[in-house]
Amino acid sequence: MKLKLHIWRQTSQDAPGAFADYELDDVSPDMSFLEMLDVLNERLILDEQEPVVFDNDCREGICGACGMVINGHPHGPQKLTTTCQLHMRKFRDGDELWIEPWRAKAFPVLRDLMVDRSALDRIIEVGGYVSVNTGGVPDANAIPIGKGVADLSMDAAACIGCGACVAACPNASASLFTAAKITHLGVLPQGEIERNTRVQEMVAQMDEEAFGHCTNHGECDAACPKGISVDFIARMNRDFVRGVTREPITR
Amino acid sequence: MELDAKIPEGPIAEKWDQHRFEMKLVNPANKRKHEVIVVGSGLAGASAAASMAELGYDVKCFCFQDSPRRAHSIAAQGGINAAKNYQNDGDSVFRLFYDTVKGGDFRSREANVHRLAQVSVNIIDQCVAQGVPFAREYGGLLSNRSFGGAQVSRTFYARGQTGQQLLLGAYQALQRQIGAGKVKMVPRSELLEIVIIEGAARGIVVRDLVTGEISSHCADAVCLATGGYANVFYLSTNAMNSNVTATYRAYKKGAFFANPCYTQIHPTCIPVSGDHQSKLTLMSESLRNDGRVWVPKNAGDTRPPDRIPESERDYYLERKYPSFGNLVPRDIASRNAKEVCDAGHSVVPGGHGVYLDFADAIGRLGQKTIEERYGNLFEMYERITGDNPYRTPMKIYPAPHYTMGGLWVDYNLMSTIPGLHVLGEANFSDHGANRLGASALMQGLADGYFVIPYTIGHYLATSKLEKVDTGHAAFRDAEREVREKTDRLLEIRGRRTVDDFHRELGRIMWNNCGMSRNKAGLEKALEEIPRLREEFWKDVRVLGASESINQSLEKAGRVADFLEFGEILCHDALDREESCGAHFREEHQTEEGEALRHDEDYTYVSAWEYKGVGNAPALHKEHLEFENVHLATRSYK
Ligand SMILES: Cc1cc2nc3c(=O)[nH]c(=O)nc-3n(C[C@H](O)[C@H](O)[C@H](O)COP(=O)(O)OP(=O)(O)OC[C@H]3O[C@@H](n4cnc5c(N)ncnc54)[C@H](O)[C@@H]3O)c2cc1C
Ligand code: FES
Repeated sequence: MKLKLHIWRQTSQDAPGAFADYELDDVSPDMSFLEMLDVLNERLILDEQEPVVFDNDCREGICGACGMVINGHPHGPQKLTTTCQLHMRKFRDGDELWIEPWRAKAFPVLRDLMVDRSALDRIIEVGGYVSVNTGGVPDANAIPIGKGVADLSMDAAACIGCGACVAACPNASASLFTAAKITHLGVLPQGEIERNTRVQEMVAQMDEEAFGHCTNHGECDAACPKGISVDFIARMNRDFVRGVTREPITR
Repeated sequence: MELDAKIPEGPIAEKWDQHRFEMKLVNPANKRKHEVIVVGSGLAGASAAASMAELGYDVKCFCFQDSPRRAHSIAAQGGINAAKNYQNDGDSVFRLFYDTVKGGDFRSREANVHRLAQVSVNIIDQCVAQGVPFAREYGGLLSNRSFGGAQVSRTFYARGQTGQQLLLGAYQALQRQIGAGKVKMVPRSELLEIVIIEGAARGIVVRDLVTGEISSHCADAVCLATGGYANVFYLSTNAMNSNVTATYRAYKKGAFFANPCYTQIHPTCIPVSGDHQSKLTLMSESLRNDGRVWVPKNAGDTRPPDRIPESERDYYLERKYPSFGNLVPRDIASRNAKEVCDAGHSVVPGGHGVYLDFADAIGRLGQKTIEERYGNLFEMYERITGDNPYRTPMKIYPAPHYTMGGLWVDYNLMSTIPGLHVLGEANFSDHGANRLGASALMQGLADGYFVIPYTIGHYLATSKLEKVDTGHAAFRDAEREVREKTDRLLEIRGRRTVDDFHRELGRIMWNNCGMSRNKAGLEKALEEIPRLREEFWKDVRVLGASESINQSLEKAGRVADFLEFGEILCHDALDREESCGAHFREEHQTEEGEALRHDEDYTYVSAWEYKGVGNAPALHKEHLEFENVHLATRSYK
């Protein structure tokens, strides 16, 4: 099939960027979206043009490295699918595609479609863990955990940290990402102990990183390739209020 | 050189405890004075960096991804083994040890494997304490499954995302130490040189993948946890950026590379769909618990699967291996798939595919149960292929997946370069000639959480290390070498892309040194690889500059190393005149086509020493003793 591509090109963080136009006329429906870009890149190199830069690694929808906005949708048109798992059979011959990086103040563009998402790591750094050291822990079956609770925790833990939620949110909020970690840990007995303080630390860091606030648009939930539910944000908000009232922290 | 594995004395079950007692300790107040570099943030690297920082060492951790959480370990699906015997089905530390030694086809070091089995139980405790949401039963206890040819249920799992959840546990522990200022994390940076001063590893040179800056980092010890090298085949189940550079450059600096020819080909991957193919996707091995593998009995039968009656199907694994059936170990499952396809029974155009059929299981257990067990895998399969596996059998074919070979290490995980430790898939130690399913995650975390934190202390406490800084001439030289190599790649401006060379190398490796190997093929590869390498250095085209993000330049450096390393792999495969585990030499098979080991001549680890690019490496042997699991022919019939 034939495609018309408009791809965001920007040589560095400070340089201005713009869309560049390319055409491909032998795209196979069995290709993944990134394989389509590989084909374009090999062609560009042979034409003495620098290839399009984009993050990717596992190409199995689990590492969270890939991510681009395709025709206005983070990760493209297919639900519950990362860019690397999107296949060209979802497009039609003659389609025109606008391909852009995640856009958010907290995610500066490094080059072309590659952005800096280290702000997400810093949110985890301030509390997205259980404070246990290696060794000296109880037997794994010492604390039974109901299957329902374990499943709920796993639903939240499935987040791959790609940042699509931020890219989808009109406020560029990282609420879904943050709430998912707060839920993953907070519902488990192991994470319960730091539940009050964790939420306050992580929310404060989210603000500090220049992510916006949640105003219940729900775009994040719709864009999330792992189906992380917006309900977790409600849980985060409740935990936050609980935390501030029971165990307030000063930062 | 005499290879001393430093295996502690005493009965197998007491070696590790005894050794832990005998190792020297670093005074707690002195720990923070010791800098330790960890390269890699996968299960092995992240767990090691976090655990050593908790002990008080001053740790610096590097990875090439933008975040440590994205290391290749994240992609592991199926599960992690541990000898907990929670299911009361006869498991024990000794049985896990026994299964691993046997599964490795008697080419691993008993003492290491026993330690692995011993600490496996601690790993699960640790992960649960961190909040890893393993699957559970209704009563609230942990759930297990049987996996990859094991006859007991000892595999712990978190849906089909076990690697992700274990890595997030280790990553979170690491982030906690970063937040506490005890680990300095350096993401988006790539190790390009190891620096040796007075015979010991004292630091590394890295390139910042955003700015292109080349910088030096010094330390008292260096740990490589940089993963495996299956991407030497171009197409593999590994992440796109996985590569051999770190371990290969250490090899060029004097670390011995052990058993490079032990490369595992995973039986259940989605077949190649065209020339554009950039990687192969694994369908978890757990699928073989309920899926049945078959091909049409008649070669060249092109009818759709639902038109082929039962009587005309060949469930070849069940037929040939009645006691293990579809659950035979990976090497056997893979080789048999190749055999039936080579005989013309493939179910995909191009000749490389067999069916994995769930119709029986769905009939027996209902679609809902199957959905619960494999829902996400089925969805992934459908996304990639456009076929619905609830309705029509999956098509699968083997693909390069895991590399048992790696840098040679002693019992303390130290390579032949003092101070250079190697963890996880990057070392060779525990899986012999074939790794059992769910054992890599176990090994990575065993090395990182429970072995290196002890052995590093022993090294630091017993070594006299001069104070050095990055101003040392050895760092300047290493930086210059790195710069020169980078500049050279950019100056060639030839006609072919890096990927084009990588694809060609992959074809050479897969055709001559893949699932089965023979002398003629290996010798052919040893002629073709140097020719391709020469062409690469004349004709590769890398555009752009080194002072900015340049992904072609990154790839070019990695492919340049693969082009040298591929030769070592073939040398090793050629030298090993036997079939064992994943290494199948066509000249050495039984009448029934099963692997034929030659224990009298080959019960050793091949450790290769660098002798210059294009020169044959020198072989050193570590002889293996089997005192607890007696050498026997593996049989899964
Ligand atoms: C699809 C798939 C499924 C799997 N499923 C299972 C399973 O179910 N059970 C199981 O036990 N095993 C499984 N495995 C195997 C297992 O996942 C790996 O063997 C294991 O995770 C390797 O971990 P590691 O820590 O050694 O290395 P990796 O996770 O590969 O990490 C390597 C790290 O090193 C860094 N690095 C590498 N080179 C450099 C360099 N030059 N400079 C700087 N940093 C560098 C990378 O950035 C990365 O952080 C699977 C593997 C694959 C591919
Ligand atoms: S490349 Fe890993 S999620 Fe897409």
